[in-house]
Amino acid sequence: MTDASSQLTTADGRPLKAALAAAQSRARRRAFLLVAPLLLFVVVTFILPIGQMLQRSVYHDGFSNSAPALGEWFANNPDGSELDESAYAALATDLAQMKKDKTAGEAGTRINYTIPGTRSLFTSSARGADKLEPPYKEALLALDAKWGEPLVWQAMRQASSPWTSDFYLIATDRQRTADGGVEQVPENERIYLWLFGKTFVLSAVITFLCLILAFPIAHLLATLPMAKSNLLMILVLLPFWTSLLVRTTSWIVLLQGQGVVNNILVSLGVIGDDGRITMIYNQTGTIIVMTHILLPFMVLPLYSVMRTIKPSYARAARSLGATSWTTFRRIYLPQTLPGIGAGALLVFILAVGYYITPALVGGADGQLISNLIQFHMSKSNWSLAAALSAMLLAGVLVLYWLYDRLVGIDKLKLG
Amino acid sequence: MKKLLVLSTALTGMALPAVADVTVMSWGGAYGTSQVEAYIKPYTAETGVKVTMVDADNPATPVKAMVEANNVTVDVADVEYADAIRLCDEGMLEEIDPAMLPPAPDGTPATEDFLPGALTDCAVSTIVFSTVFAYDSSKFPEGPTSIHDFFDLEKFPGKRAMRKGAKANLEMALMADGVPAADVYATLETPEGVDRAFAMLDKIKKDTIWWEAGAQPPQLLADGEVAMTTAYNGRIFAAAVSEGKPFQVVWDGQVYEYDLFVIPKGAPNLEEAKKFVAYATDTQRLADQAKWISYGPARKSSGALVGLYQDGKTEMGPHMPTAAENLTNALPSSYEFWVDRDSELNERFNAWLAAN
Amino acid sequence: MALPVYADPLERLWYYTYHVICVAIFVFLISPILIIMPLSFNAEPYFTFTQKMVTFDPEGYSLRWYDLLLTHGMVTPDAPRDASWWEDVWANAAWVKAAKNSVIIGFWSTIVATVLGTLAALGLSRAEMPYRRLIMAILISPMIVPIIIIATGLFFFYSNPCAMFGFECGRLTSTYTGVVLAHATLGIPFVIITVTATLIGFDQSLSRAAASLGASPSRTFFKIVLPLILPGVISGALFAFVTSFDEVVAVLFIAGPDQQTIPRQMWNGIREAISPAILSVATILVLISIALLATVELLRRRSERIRGVTPQ
Repeated sequence: MTDASSQLTTADGRPLKAALAAAQSRARRRAFLLVAPLLLFVVVTFILPIGQMLQRSVYHDGFSNSAPALGEWFANNPDGSELDESAYAALATDLAQMKKDKTAGEAGTRINYTIPGTRSLFTSSARGADKLEPPYKEALLALDAKWGEPLVWQAMRQASSPWTSDFYLIATDRQRTADGGVEQVPENERIYLWLFGKTFVLSAVITFLCLILAFPIAHLLATLPMAKSNLLMILVLLPFWTSLLVRTTSWIVLLQGQGVVNNILVSLGVIGDDGRITMIYNQTGTIIVMTHILLPFMVLPLYSVMRTIKPSYARAARSLGATSWTTFRRIYLPQTLPGIGAGALLVFILAVGYYITPALVGGADGQLISNLIQFHMSKSNWSLAAALSAMLLAGVLVLYWLYDRLVGIDKLKLG
Repeated sequence: MKKLLVLSTALTGMALPAVADVTVMSWGGAYGTSQVEAYIKPYTAETGVKVTMVDADNPATPVKAMVEANNVTVDVADVEYADAIRLCDEGMLEEIDPAMLPPAPDGTPATEDFLPGALTDCAVSTIVFSTVFAYDSSKFPEGPTSIHDFFDLEKFPGKRAMRKGAKANLEMALMADGVPAADVYATLETPEGVDRAFAMLDKIKKDTIWWEAGAQPPQLLADGEVAMTTAYNGRIFAAAVSEGKPFQVVWDGQVYEYDLFVIPKGAPNLEEAKKFVAYATDTQRLADQAKWISYGPARKSSGALVGLYQDGKTEMGPHMPTAAENLTNALPSSYEFWVDRDSELNERFNAWLAAN
Repeated sequence: MALPVYADPLERLWYYTYHVICVAIFVFLISPILIIMPLSFNAEPYFTFTQKMVTFDPEGYSLRWYDLLLTHGMVTPDAPRDASWWEDVWANAAWVKAAKNSVIIGFWSTIVATVLGTLAALGLSRAEMPYRRLIMAILISPMIVPIIIIATGLFFFYSNPCAMFGFECGRLTSTYTGVVLAHATLGIPFVIITVTATLIGFDQSLSRAAASLGASPSRTFFKIVLPLILPGVISGALFAFVTSFDEVVAVLFIAGPDQQTIPRQMWNGIREAISPAILSVATILVLISIALLATVELLRRRSERIRGVTPQ
């Protein structure tokens, strides 16, 4: 076969194999050139900005920039060195410079991230820094006894290099000890891992609810005659096409204390006027509204799989004596698994990163990790926001990879 | 399609050069309206300079982010005292020379005409506002009367709403727990004091909705979502007087402070911004603002000019945070305390909020 | 699905229960969207059906909230409604401004996303495309990556777009260009998905036939390929437009006061003081989505008809 084809030639005498290879690589280049503009666009306006932002999770120069003398001292004196006069002299120099440049707040903020409550140590000490006299150790300790704490010096040592893993420690509810080790923060300050966990649990609950609600209607749509099912399909597609904010507004109108649902319940006498149910501005609100918003993403893949399932299998099972329940469980359900997988993964991926709905209807306990990222962004705590983003993104990308492996992104359908 | 293209291009062409001359970031709602009416409308009428108002939950937050990202889009911002000091300390604000502020009508220089502490290196106070709590009097005819009642779910059942943040909440919690106003900050300086404040908040946590924008609390009251809420006093006043809502303010345990204009470093129109700040904080403008909302002017000379609400019949005096009868158990917010402790206590607050 | 003749009584019961459940789920899906329409005509500033509304008393209904959409933000809302009043509306009304911004931003981001996306889809659907799977994954990712992460990244990037190349070149925050580029990125996955789906059913021999008859590649594209995939391209464009038209987070992070869109205005309204005016905007938006959905449905059917594909 190989021999035969290598002897074949094209009309102009070139070996066929070479000509084919050339034609193929030309075709490959052409295909790639068509994609290239968009790829470049997405890399520049999407991939690079996100990469640049994530870099902030390991880079913060707020302290290292404004404390060069301390940086030098830390470089010359390894971890565990005695805090002698030279260390305090370096600190005094830096504090005086901070006062001049108005950078004490910035430097203090960086240390404050690792040891809450130390920002004021810098700002108040910097205010009097130009009046300090040697010996600096006594002078600074007299100004604030906190300057003698090894933990503060450990934090400053870590922050004297702009590259740091501190923000990942914070994002996983951990802190450094005075000797450079790592420990969990006290229980009442743990928040991030717990919130990640809660985000995943809530997303799982929402995915499950979507599945429960989508399964019957997808089945109905798939088994009805085309004309009827097309009509009913509009009921699924209309919410899909309707603005997210519109749907969120509607749910507020429906669910709030003086809202439509409560009013109906009161007028029917199900509940008393003072017994109105709180269904919004809390976790319940987040779950209800997100389930509604993500439901079409579950119905569509389920529907397209169910359409292809032939009713003859079920009939065969019935004719062989299976009950309707057994038929469903053993014959029908296994055939829908690809649709369930595709829908569930998609809904879960979208739910994990949700921001708008929890922000509007989540109240205090219905917030997800995205809302916390936004909170730290707004408080200019960008490095922590970036660290949390990186962790969330990693989770989403793993799920995305799984989706591609199991379903294939080219199978994604939009109605 | 072609027509749409032409239309769209025309719109873009029109919209792009129409950049506002001065952009002011403030707190929205009734307060924003009062600033538009008292400062912006007359300023535009007199100078022809267009002023755009942008709303934020707390302008200090976006201002800090803007300056740090080197991306400043506002010229003037309206912030709280502790934030003004903190941002100024960090070099994020332009300094404002008090000499550029107009004197009082009788010639008293601005430095003496403003109330004590109302002028700082980077900020000019406009008003005194207060965080109070208010209730719907149709629900509680016998009404709560003290700050303690706000935390008493048995005597006054119903949902509560509070601002999502540590500031003012911790102070009110301590006062409700029986700490005299004078000792509140000394107590909060100690870890036990902070624990005590959170323990008080724990009592109502399950029944509390947390608001962020100042316009939310009157809305929550009006919708019947909550029975009582903390709020900025002017917002409740505006809803009660102009919309006739049955809202009642309880002054016991109020926390009052200045609100100030600042100019972020790198403001796109620095000179125009300064001119606007000088105009907006003159005697007449500050007095005019009291026609629209019950906040006390920060100039002594404005006090005498304050009269009736814009409806022409409501006397403003008794609705001001600084009226003598409202100050029996009142706390001036301490900027020294909040400048240093804000981030730390807010972190604690958020962890507390997120925990079940 | 008809009830089989061999069903026993229990199965009959289940059959009817099942239909009731399905109806309930459809009600869950659609009622929130329908409920706001009558409420937007409420004469009272409440979010619930008043007694007068329930009894269909005309006094219970009014257009006041729609009127508010026009007058809110105007300089002289109470002036007589002549030509200059309408000029005032066009120039100053907050919702009208927001609508103009939404249309401008939506239009241009759709153009960018559709042109680039269609070209790329053509390349991706060729059998010879190298690294097809990886590139497809990258191009679809704006749909998957949490919007807050995208918006955060863009905020820093737009504050100084040339920082990564080491020099300054102005900024893209608070510009129309910035918002358009961001929305184009978010709309691209939808264009790619719909256009590649159309191309799967596309018979490649048609373009080979055109080429063998001497047509240049561009002529082949415009005369043969484009007319056939046009329904897919238009659907993709509509998806991209809706994505931009509905987007709020990127606008929150990167737009300035001059680029406030309808969703941005709604966001403020919902967060602060939700007035029934929001419901009237919502009603208008629902009507727009119905129109768009109908267009896409017609296109899909047309596409199936001309390509001879029978619906599965």
